[in-house]
Amino acid sequence: MFYLKLIIRNSFRHKLRALLTITGIAVAILAFGLLRTLVGLWYLGVETSSSTRLVTRSSISLVFTLPISYRERIRHVPGVTEVSTMNWFGGVYITEKNFFPNFAVEPRTFLSIYPEFILTPEEKKGFLADRQGAVAGRKLAAKHGWKVGDRITLKGTIFPGQWEFVLRGIYSGAQKSTDETQFFFHWNYLNETMRKTVPRRADQIGIFMVAVDRPDRAAEVSRAVDALFKNSLAETRTETEKAFQLSFVAMTEAIMIAIQIVSYVVIVIIMVVAANTMAMTARERLSEYATMKSLGFGGWHIATTIFGESLFISLLGGLLGVIGTFPAAKWIETELSQFFPVFAISDSTIMLQMSAALVVGLVAGIFPAWRGITIPISAGLRRIG
Amino acid sequence: MTQTAPEILVSVKKLSKSYRRGNQAVPVLEDISIDIRHGEFLALMGPSGSGKSTLLNLIAGIDKVDSGSINVGGVEITALDDAALASWRSYSVGFIFQFYNLIPVLTAFENVELPLLLTGLSRRKRQEHASNVLSLVNLSDRMDHYPSELSGGQQQRVAIARAMVSDPDILVADEPTGDLDRHSAEEILSIMDRMVREFGKTVIMVTHDPRAAGKAHRIVHLEKGVLVADPGYESPCST
Repeated sequence: MFYLKLIIRNSFRHKLRALLTITGIAVAILAFGLLRTLVGLWYLGVETSSSTRLVTRSSISLVFTLPISYRERIRHVPGVTEVSTMNWFGGVYITEKNFFPNFAVEPRTFLSIYPEFILTPEEKKGFLADRQGAVAGRKLAAKHGWKVGDRITLKGTIFPGQWEFVLRGIYSGAQKSTDETQFFFHWNYLNETMRKTVPRRADQIGIFMVAVDRPDRAAEVSRAVDALFKNSLAETRTETEKAFQLSFVAMTEAIMIAIQIVSYVVIVIIMVVAANTMAMTARERLSEYATMKSLGFGGWHIATTIFGESLFISLLGGLLGVIGTFPAAKWIETELSQFFPVFAISDSTIMLQMSAALVVGLVAGIFPAWRGITIPISAGLRRIG
Repeated sequence: MTQTAPEILVSVKKLSKSYRRGNQAVPVLEDISIDIRHGEFLALMGPSGSGKSTLLNLIAGIDKVDSGSINVGGVEITALDDAALASWRSYSVGFIFQFYNLIPVLTAFENVELPLLLTGLSRRKRQEHASNVLSLVNLSDRMDHYPSELSGGQQQRVAIARAMVSDPDILVADEPTGDLDRHSAEEILSIMDRMVREFGKTVIMVTHDPRAAGKAHRIVHLEKGVLVADPGYESPCST
């Protein structure tokens, strides 16, 4: 208790210096936490992928479509339990600033394969029954003030024209990490319009989502699906949903690596600042350490008080940084939801933040502790103040 | 009737010490031998750089000799390693410094309690001891004050209480009145004198002040690292 009291009082001996150091550490830990969350978020799609879902797309590129006729053939592959379709629509709501992902899907099979999008039975019924019906995520609806029954118009970019939808449901995510900023509507609505306006683009699918009965059959089913269309005009590439998501992540990996490096640089900078503060503190207190040593206190006692102070300051700063991360993440999630639909701080990020604070405290204390331990008593006593 | 001289507490034999300045060794003490008896109040005097503080530090075990030996209460302290020496200091020596050297973030009471953390005493016992010694130096009413809230004289009294709390045999004082006004200096000297007379402590004091030295039973002069005048042991009754 006595040592703890000494450590805490020593920490706040120079209140302004302590406050500035703690604030600096808190801001650095906060920035570190946000950057780590951003990196984690990038891989969120990969982490939340189901191991029983496969994605079948054109083997050439995602830009190329596949005929709808493939659906029934895939459905009959052993191990396949359900097949759904999806087309990236790329519609714009009023202005491009309002970007959100929107897809044409086959509603019944889509909702069956993706149970994480939760609708009430009435909403689901309404969505399935209305060809112009659409569902939007909770956050997206809240952002634009949409209610069930509202008419929503999207301007087509890939599929030209003004597209009118009736909002039939607002889905919630089953998990915190489920993206609630997406918009889904009937593929039939898109396809029928295409038949009338651009017939050559009708009956075309962006990707097939394939549900398999067991995760361990994913590879076998993938091979079987691709074998079906080998040497056809539109060969397929089937992979797990995780691999599919990873292919997107890989495109931006260099940026993610840069962000990761920046997150560690932030910690190194604050480590140097904290070490400088502690070195200054120890230099001022050499005569006190010498006095304590003259009273019989050993090097470990001196090291304990120095490391204790260093750790107290850095962990307090770290704790404040962690606490501050939550409102900052909430603000990002609210204000920048089009870029970061989910910005949740994970337990592992909090652990990383506190570990970083711990490392800062330990490293910052090394040199001052070494000085305190090694200074000869008579030399330390000659120093005043 | 003749009085028997008390036992020798500190025995310094052929002690030499030098400091390095660059590549050069600068001798500070040369061939010093001196005995100090139990209950003596000894003043070390001499001009600046004469080696008196160095001699005090060596006797107190906070510096290392180049050659020679120091025996304190039967312990050859020149043969002890750093850890053993630190442990020995904690129960054998009390320190009083010119600038008090109190820990500013601890109250007077906590400063006095500090050395007892090394003794393994219970918190209650520590507080009892600290309280007793603070009353010895008439600071019972100031125990919750921080050093910055005390006068120089009061801070030095706290330092004396801190030096006394572990009940050491020797009190070493380096210019204990050097930073004090005359009145406070008198007060400190009489407390130190009381520690010798009432509690049988042995005090070794470095001072420039002849008035302070006048309180001692024996005054030893050093010049350029050599003992130039030592009257030897004198009974306190004769001073």
